[in-house]
Amino acid sequence: MRARYLIRLAAAASSFAILLTVLSRAGFKIDSLIEASLLAMTPLALAAMGEAVNEKGGLVNIGLEGIFLISATIGVYAAEVSGNGWIGLAAGFAVGAFIGLIFGVLSVYGKADQIIVGIGINIFAIGFVPYFILAIWGVPGIHIPPKEVLVQRINTPIINISHITILAVILAVLLNYMLKRTPLGLRIRAAGEAPEALDAAGVSIARTRIFGAVVSGALTGLGGAFMPLVWFGGIVKEISAGRGFIALAVLVASGLDPLKALGFAFLFGFAEGLAYVVAITPGIKEAVPYHLVLMIPYIITLVVVAIFIGKASFPKSIGKPYKRE
Amino acid sequence: MGFASRALETVAQPVMALAIGLAVAALLMAIYGYDPVAAYRALFIGAYGTPEDLMESIAFAVPIMLTGITFAIGLKAGLFNIGAEGQLYMGAIGAVIAGAFLSLPWPLHVIVATLVGMLFGLLWSVVPALLKVFRGVHEVISTIMFNWIAFYLATYLVLYRLAEPGRAEKTYSVLETARYGILFEGTSLTSVVFVALAFVVGIHIFLGQTKAGFELRTYGLNPDAAKFAGISEKKVIVLSFLIGGLAAGLAGASQVLGRPPTWALYGTLGNVVKLGFDGIGVALIGRNHPIGIIFASLFVGGLLHGGRYMEIYAGVYSELVDAVTGLIIIALAVPEVFEVIKRYRLKRKALGG
Repeated sequence: MRARYLIRLAAAASSFAILLTVLSRAGFKIDSLIEASLLAMTPLALAAMGEAVNEKGGLVNIGLEGIFLISATIGVYAAEVSGNGWIGLAAGFAVGAFIGLIFGVLSVYGKADQIIVGIGINIFAIGFVPYFILAIWGVPGIHIPPKEVLVQRINTPIINISHITILAVILAVLLNYMLKRTPLGLRIRAAGEAPEALDAAGVSIARTRIFGAVVSGALTGLGGAFMPLVWFGGIVKEISAGRGFIALAVLVASGLDPLKALGFAFLFGFAEGLAYVVAITPGIKEAVPYHLVLMIPYIITLVVVAIFIGKASFPKSIGKPYKRE
Repeated sequence: MGFASRALETVAQPVMALAIGLAVAALLMAIYGYDPVAAYRALFIGAYGTPEDLMESIAFAVPIMLTGITFAIGLKAGLFNIGAEGQLYMGAIGAVIAGAFLSLPWPLHVIVATLVGMLFGLLWSVVPALLKVFRGVHEVISTIMFNWIAFYLATYLVLYRLAEPGRAEKTYSVLETARYGILFEGTSLTSVVFVALAFVVGIHIFLGQTKAGFELRTYGLNPDAAKFAGISEKKVIVLSFLIGGLAAGLAGASQVLGRPPTWALYGTLGNVVKLGFDGIGVALIGRNHPIGIIFASLFVGGLLHGGRYMEIYAGVYSELVDAVTGLIIIALAVPEVFEVIKRYRLKRKALGG
């Protein structure tokens, strides 16, 4: 089992190395490609592994896109007011946790239709974000904060890498361990797989599930604030551009496994990095229309999900409100 | 329970959800120092206060009652089809191509252009339907990916292939022969409203009176029982997607062929963007029933039109209207809210109140 896993990993790594060599021969700058991929990976990975905890516990929040949007906006606002980008990231984390909490309470105590609440969060964000940008900064749909409040990346000799990207990698390992090896993880899995048993054991299903919803919201919120404060350097009203749903695709392809989610997030991040590099590389950008290049990540997402979906396994009670018999 | 009280029950839940949505949005206005009462006065008087404004609100209702059908017919079959947005872009592209580049006599031209728009919408729904049926890809993911692909494809086509020379911000306008007639001078309401209404009523009849419609509803209510009864899962899912695509394609066509003054598609897709998502709110407020959807589209259409007055007279940006829709959707998703209120009422009745 473990050996097969390692062989597959090695196969993936070597084909990736070959791909990089080919791209490098074709005139791409590999270091900027990797940097762009890691930036694009980070919010996807954070949201997907957070939502993995949530869905293991039995709730499905498809409002990740809306959480990205709202926490990105509030994150920039908090960074500007405090003059510190780290505060902005923390605010994104907190706002995401708050939305996750509301989602969890509505789903558990309100027995809400979770998909509809998620859609509602997304549509609320479509209205709230441009409203907020206008109300606070008085400009329609776009705002660039001063450079000082952005969070700089760490300069290494090879590439620049963000603290948050490193955090995402560490979190993937920790969450993986938490879900598989700790009593808390067992409780979360039981809440999704056999809530009756957990209830009989005297553990609160409500609190366990809401915990998952808050973790999911908080990490998604951090990913949302990462976009303007570390990655793009500004906010536009559709900043997340479907990434909340790409994170869901990452999750589906990874079968709710945080480590695999990190891998798929890198794959989708690479697709986006590739699109970005194609769009700016001289000699290539003239040949391929810009708007068609921008479709690449979405197409790759669909193809990858369609290939890997057979292996996804979801908890038995996912999406269903728990009712005591 | 008599008919009147049953009807009251049906309407009570959406109305309460509207109240919750408007109340939370009022809070959001107050936080930023706006006057919610003035804002809502401007909004609703602006939406329905004069016959002209009412016509404009109806014009706004046309596309969203159709995209509402897209979401509703998905939900009837147990699917969360949120692909109306992309299908609507493609429908508008189809209508521009057929309306601006074919030359046919009126009314044949307008009929052909409408059908081409519907066909484009339908084609855009095929891949998510097949991915669902053959690979089990969740429709929420596939339809959103297709919305974004449609956005960039349509933007590319509008800017580089269909742009009017000298006016790069929009496509060629469709020819006079491909336009729906304006019903009341000075408003943007055209006879396309009758096509939309006929389509919605047609869906109502399809769901209630045909075998395929019955199978679709049965599958949505209980997939296992339906499969046991010999209903084809694949057929139901594909049919629901395709009808949804037709509806969204018609919605896109209606904005090009039946909405003055441009009779074209903007480069930003500004005159169609978001109308697909608005349909989700319309479907849920209309309790997923075609006739309910017509009334709900008048309400949301009113918000969209009246939102401009809210901006002018109360300074509250009209974007907040979308936030209101989102809040209403969330309120509608939580059955316990209404259960609690019902229990409270029963308790009062028991106490003789």
